[in-house]
Amino acid sequence: MKILVCISKTPDTTAKIAFTDNNTKFDTNGVQWIINPYDEWYALVRAIELKEADPATAIHLVTVGGPDAEPIIRKALALGGDEAIRVNAESHDSYYIASQIAAIAREGGYDLVFTGKETIDYNGSSIGGMVAELLDMPYVSLATHFTLNGGQASLTREIEGGEEVCEVSLPLVVSCQKGMAEQRIPNMRGIMAARTKPLKVVEPAAVDAFTEVVGFELPPAKAGVKLVPADQPEELVRLLKEEAKAI
Amino acid sequence: MSVLVFIDQSEGHLKKSSLEAMSYGAALAAQSGTEAEGVVLGPTQEDLSSLGKYGIKKIHHVNNPSLSGFDAQAYTRAIAQVAEKTGANMIVFSNNVDGKAIAPRLSVRMKAGLVSGATGLPETGGDFIVKKTVFSGKGYARIAVKTPVKIIALNPNAFTVTEAGGTAEVLAFDAQIDTPKIKVTAVNKVKGEIPLTEADIVVSGGRGLKGPEHWGILEDLAKALGAATACSRPVSDSNWRPHHEHVGQTGIAIAPNLYIAIGISGAIQHLAGVNRSKVIVVINKDPEAPFFKAADYGIVGDAFEVVPRITEAVRRLKG
Repeated sequence: MKILVCISKTPDTTAKIAFTDNNTKFDTNGVQWIINPYDEWYALVRAIELKEADPATAIHLVTVGGPDAEPIIRKALALGGDEAIRVNAESHDSYYIASQIAAIAREGGYDLVFTGKETIDYNGSSIGGMVAELLDMPYVSLATHFTLNGGQASLTREIEGGEEVCEVSLPLVVSCQKGMAEQRIPNMRGIMAARTKPLKVVEPAAVDAFTEVVGFELPPAKAGVKLVPADQPEELVRLLKEEAKAI
Repeated sequence: MSVLVFIDQSEGHLKKSSLEAMSYGAALAAQSGTEAEGVVLGPTQEDLSSLGKYGIKKIHHVNNPSLSGFDAQAYTRAIAQVAEKTGANMIVFSNNVDGKAIAPRLSVRMKAGLVSGATGLPETGGDFIVKKTVFSGKGYARIAVKTPVKIIALNPNAFTVTEAGGTAEVLAFDAQIDTPKIKVTAVNKVKGEIPLTEADIVVSGGRGLKGPEHWGILEDLAKALGAATACSRPVSDSNWRPHHEHVGQTGIAIAPNLYIAIGISGAIQHLAGVNRSKVIVVINKDPEAPFFKAADYGIVGDAFEVVPRITEAVRRLKG
């Protein structure tokens, strides 16, 4: 079985968010870059678990980004990916990125394509669905459990106020979230092995983006907390009713 | 040219986010000098003509057995056929669990630019520009959509439900859909609880409550307010509360009108999942808890003393 795991480079969760160039660019000054947590903790680790259950499984990684994405993809290889493909392109349009991934997936003939449920920078939740449509494959989003029995997958996905269980045959695209697997830390053996694992760089397919980021804004600054004395908690209810009009 | 709204339902009943999507679609249509139509998939227990009160002129009801279980591929096919037939050039979804599965597929199918996580109506003076949340609520991006057909997935609780009166014309739509590849075998919903993503008010607890046996004070407050209950990650990881109550970056992201955090210090990952709440109240005995910096109202005090008094005050208020 061949699994393709989509890896995105994102700013660390704790990164300070600021914008430059008249609020048209994200300020990368001092930002530490990480593998998008949903891609790493859930999509990649679940793929590794499937390989552990069936050593004939191959895990390929794909990322769309410039050379500065390579430390991230090497870390993903250290965790347990077999080989990686970097599509040498920069874009913030999900259709453009999904098209690049779909081109790789089509050529590689994968049984499973795993993504994280969203990236923590653009929060689009779009790549999995777009890749699935481009490949004409079924798509299960926000999956919390995934098991495989031959060519048949059983999944649990989040719905409002609960969960849904479904069955579907491979090939399949899945977006993964908490529940799919537990975070792992690469060990020294994995880090050493990752240095020699194949990392192929390919040029992007010719695709027009559908959208363009024209500017950024920060949320309005909070006015500051209004503290209510602990011995008068009833005052909070009055404020929520009369001032905030929230109850 | 028209606006088409995907009206999402669960077990035959409309989701609250669908009311917001319809109100948004009607406002978008008014802004664009056109009309809003809706599409409903699968069997429903709703009187669809009554949805006219949200400003929807026509409802296209695709009641095909292939749509009784959720399959994003089948749903996309059906919506695309309605959109093509009606000539819709703006399609509105709620950015909820189903919207996140369908809208991206429809974007590819219709070669239509998608803005997911939209927070308001577009700017249409020049380019068609939609504002959306990015960086897990720590910023906004303005996205220009460059395709003739535009798809907007609206964040839940980002647009006020407005009722204007009126009746919608309900039309059966015969869509051609292949047998779904996904077979839904079970739907497990927590009975009697308000889904977190649909709740106006959320009361949430953290490790400061010291153990699951103390959750009664939080549940009493939630009941008095008509709120949903939630918890922080350490609480769900410790199995004090079920995982579906975990809000935060790795759990469920929510944006209620009022979020009351009790005994939660406010780690950045927690804030990333709740920072779009309109009003945030923090109750914590540690005055240095970082959550106070993100709060609108706060009480530095012992939850076990403060919360029952708040509950009593709410009960008095509600009579």
